[in-house]
Amino acid sequence: MKSLLNFLLPAGAALALLGSSGCKPAGTPSSGAKGGAGVAANSPAARTWVAPGQKDEFYLFYSGGHSGQVFVAGLPSMRHITTIPVFGRYPGTGYGYDEETKKMLGEYTWGDVHHPGLSKTKGLYDGRWLFVNDNANNRVARIDLRDFKTHQILGPIPNSMGNHGSSFITENSEYVLVATRFSVPLPKGRYADLNDYAKEFNGMVSGIKIDPKSGEMSIGWQILTPPFDWDLGSTGKGPSSGWAFWTSYNTEMAHDQLEANASQLDRDYAAVVNWRAAEAAVKEGKATMLDGVPVIDPSKVPGVLYFLPVPKSPHGIDTDPSGRWIAASGKLQPVVSVFDFEKIQAAITKKDFATDFRGIPVLKYESVVEGEIPVGLGPLHTQYDDKGFAYTSLFIESAVAKWKLPPWTPEQRADFNKVVTDKIPVHYNIGHLVVGGGDTMQPYGKYLVAMNKMSKGRHISTGPSQPESSQLIDISGDKMEMVYEAFTEPEPHFAQILKVDAIKPIEVYPKAENTNPNAIWDAKDASVTRNGKVVEVKMLAIRSHFVPERIEVNEGDELVIHVTNVEQTPDMIHGLGIVEQNVNVVIDPGETKTIRLPMKKTGVFPFYCTNFCSALHQEMQGYLAVKPTNVASAK
Amino acid sequence: MNSTSATVPSAGLPARGGPSRTDRWREFFRREHLFLRRPLNLRSRAFMLLAALAVTAAVFFPLWQIRLVAPQYQEGLELDIYAYRLVGGNGGQDLNEINTLNHYIGMHHLEQADFVEMKWLPFAFGIFALLALRSAVLGRMASLIDLGVLFLYFGGFSLGNFAYRLYSYGHNLDPKAPMHIEPFTPVLIGSQKLANFVQSSLPQSGTLLLALFPVCIAAAMWCSRREEP
Repeated sequence: MKSLLNFLLPAGAALALLGSSGCKPAGTPSSGAKGGAGVAANSPAARTWVAPGQKDEFYLFYSGGHSGQVFVAGLPSMRHITTIPVFGRYPGTGYGYDEETKKMLGEYTWGDVHHPGLSKTKGLYDGRWLFVNDNANNRVARIDLRDFKTHQILGPIPNSMGNHGSSFITENSEYVLVATRFSVPLPKGRYADLNDYAKEFNGMVSGIKIDPKSGEMSIGWQILTPPFDWDLGSTGKGPSSGWAFWTSYNTEMAHDQLEANASQLDRDYAAVVNWRAAEAAVKEGKATMLDGVPVIDPSKVPGVLYFLPVPKSPHGIDTDPSGRWIAASGKLQPVVSVFDFEKIQAAITKKDFATDFRGIPVLKYESVVEGEIPVGLGPLHTQYDDKGFAYTSLFIESAVAKWKLPPWTPEQRADFNKVVTDKIPVHYNIGHLVVGGGDTMQPYGKYLVAMNKMSKGRHISTGPSQPESSQLIDISGDKMEMVYEAFTEPEPHFAQILKVDAIKPIEVYPKAENTNPNAIWDAKDASVTRNGKVVEVKMLAIRSHFVPERIEVNEGDELVIHVTNVEQTPDMIHGLGIVEQNVNVVIDPGETKTIRLPMKKTGVFPFYCTNFCSALHQEMQGYLAVKPTNVASAK
Repeated sequence: MNSTSATVPSAGLPARGGPSRTDRWREFFRREHLFLRRPLNLRSRAFMLLAALAVTAAVFFPLWQIRLVAPQYQEGLELDIYAYRLVGGNGGQDLNEINTLNHYIGMHHLEQADFVEMKWLPFAFGIFALLALRSAVLGRMASLIDLGVLFLYFGGFSLGNFAYRLYSYGHNLDPKAPMHIEPFTPVLIGSQKLANFVQSSLPQSGTLLLALFPVCIAAAMWCSRREEP
């Protein structure tokens, strides 16, 4: 009997796999099969298994923290698919080595990527751009999802210090909304004594305007705030359309030992910002220019900023898909406070304020709170599914709590413990979590990715430098189920999950779109032109050679190479590396890139294709000859 | 027993109606006096030697262990309490880790220097060892009783002192700490859940050795209960 079962089980599993996703090859459920039992059809292994050649259902765009990059993985396989370099050089794609990307990166060699935000139309992902912030150097970058490349880095943003509370995209991608983590004397560059922190320092909320056609970012307006440390935020939708929310820590306005000194008050203020009112105020000339940016003083322009008391040292504040409920988590209080935006609006209309802080009205907590949900220890962030449930990450408890959004029954109101329907442990110390479309008006639900800060003991040892762990949780049923875990490069903070069919990236740069004046498409157009001490080369790369293959310059010249990859075949990438000249560019099909380098060293330097391209890839090479000054002048 | 039964014939006269109350008290004290003066036999002396060894060895073994387990500390953080030192697990690192974690709730740093007990406890053990040796050499039943009572008092005091230590660490929390929690008492024996930690506290080999001490005394008493004074 047992041997019969052993025979039947794998067969059944294979059939179920075939049935579930079309045309997976037979015999796929081999992973983890011990003792011939195979993988049961409904097992996590079967549900997350994306067989070779098969494709994932979702993109996971996750931030790379201080690696300065954005990683792309597929769901449910959790396989890392590609890395999009943003704020740091990346030799793999030649990012930061050609003149254009070098210019975009500017003087900084790194950035601290925290919160990727997908562009939206009518509160849904439109699949056009992904914006990411740089916490360290006050920048925001735009990745175009047409080619998965960084196209713009804006910043350092004036009057903004520590761009952490970003990138929150408004419902129709009007703005990337940004709040500063740190407060400094403004404008930047001004000195003030730290002992005068409360008086001399300020925070800032900024609206980075997005050009609706090109995605080009520019600074729209800013709102001056007291020197709190602004934290996470989210944008409104539906009834809260045109509004945005940020939590803060350090309402105490301490400037040292923040760990203790910014944790003293039972409540900190969240910012409730009417960004449409801010936009209008700037148009009406109610702003003053500070470092070239119109800055609104909210104490003089009523209706732009309100404070909402949130318990205690909050971190995440997240608007639900309906736009009515706003869940904020006090990281030192084991509850999520759910606020009702309609009550907030009513309080604002009735001017039902508790007090004011430096001229900013402070809402009455009791008048606007809908309930306090006892989710567990160290709640940080909340995401939402498509069935009216919320998921809150619990840092201290290392768990995710699932709870029901309002409306609540009288019984649930009497005991909010009943609202919490499920809890699942994660490994360990979860920060952010993401549900597919969890910040849109129509979440996909289905999967949740827990982004954990610690992974110790969950993988084969990697020495003192440990990866982060990301765990895939199936949220389609009543009970959450951990189905996969993966280990990632440093150091993911937040992520966005996008349906694969929501975008259709190009696979070559069409020749017709290449407007680079230095592009050449035919070997006969290749040229080496000397203009004084500048030698300009128009080069093409094709399987399996460069034209020209020989470049002669003199010591002290400046060499400029424009290299065009004339291929129009997908995946036919060429690279140009020059030995001992620190030159590394990677040119995608149809792309032109420029390098500029002073000729300091004499000798003959081979150049070659770095990106394996064809059977004769090794033969794809040439020579750069640099003549010493005496030889050059003798001729 | 034998000696008292020798008086029976004279007390057995039917007309007298049994011994008087005074006689009964006198008889009781006499018997107890004889019992206390009873010398120890060789086996009892061996037990007292063992008691001396046990209490001496107890100095070198951990008396108590406090263990903390949390999701991110699956392997646990350990704190071993010896008579004369406080030792963190993982090569001492666990003590630092526990202190780092405790600072969030404003708990006073656990430091060996703060435990005055650790300065005199080994000597107390030594005194018990000497007293046990003394009983082994010059031993009479009375010395066993003295020693047993003294040890019980000492054990009770030590446990009480330990419990008080735990109480004060959990109650004297820095009001300026980042996290405010209800004051608590770490459990003395057993397990309890504190935030995301499961704290367990259990006696260790040192305490078992100490527990051997009164057992040896009892055994010594038992073995010599019939000796002639």
